[in-house]
Order: sequence, then C-alpha cells, then structure tokens
Amino acid sequence: MQIDSGDTTWILVSTALVLVMTPALAFFYGGMVRKKNILSTLNLSFIMICLISLQWVIYGYSLAFGPDIGGLVGSLEFLGFNGVGAEPAAIAPTIPHMLFAAFQMMFAIITPALITGAFVERVRFKTFLVFSLLWATLIYDPVAHWVWGPGGILGADGLGALDFAGGTVVHITAGFSALAFALAIGPRKGFGNVSFGPNNIPFTVLGAGLLWMGWFGFNGGSALAADGLAANALVTTNTAAAAAGFMWMLVSWLDNKPSVLGIVTGAVVGLVAVTPGAGFVTPLGALVIGAVAAPISYYAIKFIKGRNLVDESLDVFACHGLGGFWGALATGLFATTAVNAGGANGLFYGNPGQFFTQLGASLVVIVFSFVVTYVVAKLLDAVMGIRVSKNAEVAGLDISEHAERAYS
Amino acid sequence: MTKKIEAIIREEKLDDVKAALQAIGIVGMNVVEIHGHGRQGGLSLAGRTGTYKVDMLPKIQVNIVLSDHNLEKTIEAIRESAVTGEQGDGVIFIYPVDEVIRVRTGERGKEALMYEGDIDTR
Repeated sequence: MQIDSGDTTWILVSTALVLVMTPALAFFYGGMVRKKNILSTLNLSFIMICLISLQWVIYGYSLAFGPDIGGLVGSLEFLGFNGVGAEPAAIAPTIPHMLFAAFQMMFAIITPALITGAFVERVRFKTFLVFSLLWATLIYDPVAHWVWGPGGILGADGLGALDFAGGTVVHITAGFSALAFALAIGPRKGFGNVSFGPNNIPFTVLGAGLLWMGWFGFNGGSALAADGLAANALVTTNTAAAAAGFMWMLVSWLDNKPSVLGIVTGAVVGLVAVTPGAGFVTPLGALVIGAVAAPISYYAIKFIKGRNLVDESLDVFACHGLGGFWGALATGLFATTAVNAGGANGLFYGNPGQFFTQLGASLVVIVFSFVVTYVVAKLLDAVMGIRVSKNAEVAGLDISEHAERAYS
Repeated sequence: MTKKIEAIIREEKLDDVKAALQAIGIVGMNVVEIHGHGRQGGLSLAGRTGTYKVDMLPKIQVNIVLSDHNLEKTIEAIRESAVTGEQGDGVIFIYPVDEVIRVRTGERGKEALMYEGDIDTR
C-alpha cells in the first residue's frame, strides 16, 4: 500500500465536487417549493452538511467502515477518526485513509438531504434534526457497511451485489425512506385541491446543473483512483444523464409542451440510475439505462400525483427510489468485466445470476429502509411531533420555523 | 368632474398601452403589479409531468386620473392598445374622484391635473 499522488489528487477534488452536490440539491429542491418555504427547504439540505459531518467524524464512519461485526455493522475502532490518518487502508490502498473517510462523508451527508424532498413545507425542524441523526445511524451507516464495508453481507465479501457509487446505499435508501416518511407525516394542507407551483424554476435548473457536475466526483471518484475506470465512470455518468434528460423531454412533449423543469429532472434521474453501474457498464449500456430510467420515473410521478395517492412532495421516491432500483437491476443486466475486471458480468453478458443478486440486495435494502424509517418517524411523531401546526404551515416555514423571509 | 380609470391589462401589453396614452397626451399615470383572474379562470402550465393549474395570473393595473371630457378618448386608446381578442385581455373600471391635490404646490381640482404639454394644453 503506497500513496499515489495522482489518485490522491483526484479524490481530493472529487470530495469537493460531492460536497457541492448538497447545496446544489438545496437549490434543486428550493426552486420547487412555494415562496414562503424556500429558506426552510434550502436549509433542510444545508444543515445536513453540519450535522452529518459531525456524526461521521465522531462515530458514523466507524459504524460504516470500521472492522466488521457479523457482516452487519462496523465496530467502534475508528471512533473520532481514531487511527484514520495519512496512511492508506486496504479499502483504498493508494490514498490516505483519512481522504477515503472524507470522500465517504460527503455521500453520508447528501443521502439524508435527498429524503427532505418528501416532507418539505410541513416538517418540524427540531424533529427533523433528530430524525436525520437517527436515520444516518440506523439506516445509512449499516447499509453502507453491508454493501461497501469490509465483510458486509451484501457486497463483495457477502452476496456479491454490485454498487459502484451508491445506487443502493444512497438512492434506494433515500427514495424508499422518503416514501415511508411521506406516509407518516401526511399530505400538505390543500393537497389535491390547490396546485403547489414552483417559486423559482431557474434555481432548480441551476441546482440540476451543479448536481450533474458534482456527479463526476460522485461516480468518477468512486473508482478511488485517477485511472481508466474513473474515466469510464465519468463518461457513463454523462451519457446516462443526457439520455434521461432527452427522453424526459420527449415523453413530457406527448402530454404538453416540453417542460424545462421536466428536462432537468430527467437528467437527475439519469444520474441516479447510472450510479450503481457507472464503473461496471459501457457508455452504450449507460445510454440505455438513462433512456429507460426517464419514462419509469415520469409515469410513476404521473400515476402517484394523478391519483393523489401520497404527497411525496418533490418526487424523491419516483426519482431516487425507482431510479436507484432500476439502476441496481440494470447493473445486473449490463455489467461487464471488460469494463471492470473487479466487477462481474450481468445477464446480457452471460451471467443471469448477477441480476438476481442485484434484485435480492435491493429488496433487502428497500424493506429495511422503508420499515425502519416509518417506525422512527411514527415514534418521533408520538414523542415530539413531526409536523408543524396548521397555522405555522399556512404562514410558511420560513417565518414560523426560522423567523426569516427569503425576499423582503 | 374628475374621474379615475383603473385598467386591468395583460402585463405584456403595458408598453403598448403606455405608448398609446402618451400619443394622445395622457402624461400622469401609475401602474401596480397585481394577480387575479376573470372569466378565463386561470391557466394550465407544464410541470414535471403533464400540466398543473394556476388560478391567479400576473396582471398590470394602470391608474389614471383625468377630467371627464377626456374620458372616452382615453378609454378608447387603452382598449385599442390592450386588446388581443383572446380571453384575459382585462377590464376597465371608471370611478368618480372627489378631489385632487398636487402635493408640491397645493393646487386643487383641474389645475392639479394639468401638465405642460398634456391632452388639454396641446
């Protein structure tokens, strides 16, 4: 194990790129809510940088990547980044262990921020902070260990599921937790009767653009090296996003004019879907993954919103849950060892077993995320209340939760 | 008699209406950005998927106070410049005004409404 300065440089840069994705997400979401809730919505994402950075350094990293306990969770050996220093570790043998931990910290931050789209405009901030800390501890850290940690039950040392950059760990956990939380908290006042128009679509376009850029670090950095695999991940990422944005434009054109909000949403869905396969599939594989992802999420939103089934406000479940699930399954179809000798072949390359491995791992994480989130949300509701009062909701969370106005 | 015209027009028609009013010598006016709807009841916009309804649309309210012998000519100028023929062109309200006082000079009534080069002096 020797430090490679090229690899180290790229992961340092990637860490910064992935950090920016959280404020980018804040703008992506912030543009879609009503004017009276934009600060609240921006903050739900931004505060995750503060909260989870601390959690990760104190004990989160250790739970996720510490020495294995029964394949389920890491031990507390790395408490407070103890022993996580300049020397490389086996998990990333050419960069400082501390850099690997910092890069992973950015994933731990953005994942609970993704969930916030489900409960914007009504969540009680104090309870949200407690929820996010519990969610990181009970769901993110263990699932990261299962899939990526040493000895984890779902990853290379266990079932053998492929997840290059977090289709399962990040997007499935966030997406299905979003659905569970939305069911627990209930719809916004007026849901089904009034339309909640976006206050600033330009913010959403800006956020989507920055997310796309940051995703080069998210997926490209997950090669953990500055090499051909990183280049492959970057190209597959870009290709899937392009295909999905373009496809969303086409399907939305069938229903109305091609909406800009729709096009940028499609691009993000493509980024989500290619995340698990970015370092295992070819650029053409990624093109199909992105092109299929867009109609899946599009028609899921239309189905859910059209019937007012659940006020999953900013479509986190449809975009990240289903996009991540499709991406995980598609990795089991399109993966090829020609791209990544350390990976596996998928169904289209003669290995149907990989598809079922992907399906099994996804279902475990889907059920786990959904159930634990629902139980935690319901418990917190009983103990401290997960939503603001009717009057506070009508006034808007910017005033009622933060005593601020975005625009004066 | 002094009257007030309150004309609700399309926001994109403001420049045309201003030009038409200037052309006949209406010098003083103010405008307010408002939201509302009339018979058309709003509009559908494209969302992430399909369409969603918006019932309060942005409009411009133009306020003009003038002597009533200029009223019909002014109404005609506004109507001609604001019309597209589609629903949502707006509406014009006329109110009686009790008194007008110019803050700088204290002039009242007709004097307070007169400007150099306006509709009555040209």
